[in-house]
Amino acid sequence: MSRLVVGAHYGVKDWLAQRITAVLMAIYTLVIFAAVLAGATSSHDAWRGFMAHGVVRFVTFLFIISLGYHAWVGVRDIWMDYIKPTSIRILLHVLTLLVLIGYAGWAIQIIWRL
Amino acid sequence: MTTPLAMRTFHFKIYRYDPDKDAKPYMQDISVVCDPMDKKLLDAMVKLKAKDDSLSFRRSCREGVCGSDAMNINGKNGLACLTDLAAFPEGKPIVLRPLPGLPVVRDLIVDMTQFFKQYLSIKPYLVNDDNLPERERLQSPEDREELNGLYECIMCACCTTACPSFWWNPDKFVGPAGLLAAYRFIADTRDQATNERLDNLEDPYRLFRCHTIMNCVDVCPKGLNPTKAIGKIKEMLVQRAV
Repeated sequence: MSRLVVGAHYGVKDWLAQRITAVLMAIYTLVIFAAVLAGATSSHDAWRGFMAHGVVRFVTFLFIISLGYHAWVGVRDIWMDYIKPTSIRILLHVLTLLVLIGYAGWAIQIIWRL
Repeated sequence: MTTPLAMRTFHFKIYRYDPDKDAKPYMQDISVVCDPMDKKLLDAMVKLKAKDDSLSFRRSCREGVCGSDAMNINGKNGLACLTDLAAFPEGKPIVLRPLPGLPVVRDLIVDMTQFFKQYLSIKPYLVNDDNLPERERLQSPEDREELNGLYECIMCACCTTACPSFWWNPDKFVGPAGLLAAYRFIADTRDQATNERLDNLEDPYRLFRCHTIMNCVDVCPKGLNPTKAIGKIKEMLVQRAV
């Protein structure tokens, strides 16, 4: 039997999260851009000191989490559009999640090591 | 003696496919001489049809009301009856193809079953369980105002067949025309099934395949804005969720 089923009753939270994370990332990008213009990266030590600052660490952490969530919704959308067989799609979803979670953990480790 | 009318020859490249005869579709080169009385693309096509009566296309009202003669004109979906002949540049053939993304029945005629299926899936009728009023269900002028830009849709399918999300998921994504109609009933104060309608659309495929590409707005021959209506549905879903 092949019966088409739709009506998963989700989507609005992801849609909203994608927009919120986009705004957060845009603000972060502007802040970093301003910091670079203000000379935060004039030398390696200055750059290191800037990134080690508590507030910068905090917002960078939020940026990485936002990036991960944003990328998850976006990449999942691509799989949903182009990959039709459910088994391959689940595999790709899981791989995407693993890669993104791994990247986020790795990035946080780098930032907090400073 | 009357002055002779300025005649102009129009060259066409038309997608032809008759599944009974042709192994695969091909583009036919054909031209037709039009006089200044021929204002719209449809006028030229009617002359073409007189020249080669095997050419098939849908047409009816010839004034942008019935939505029958939607087709892909020089790469952009539109109605032949609303497309000015004079606007076509000289020396370049006019390329006509059927609406993209739907199965071709013959030449410029497409099978719109999937399109109407999606339209019907949003229950395009008023749901109201109150007792029938003596005359009619009334609305305030402000509430009625909300339906402007929604009810005018003629279901020509120009928008839905221009939407990449519909091309990839025609069986699951409602498409701009269907979603515009959905919001037409969600926005109607006389309708009582708002929650059910939102439930029906809260789905990663049915509604959220729309990525605001806005091809629908670009091609709508009636100047409607399905993207805006979709945005309003999303807004209501957010309001309901937070």
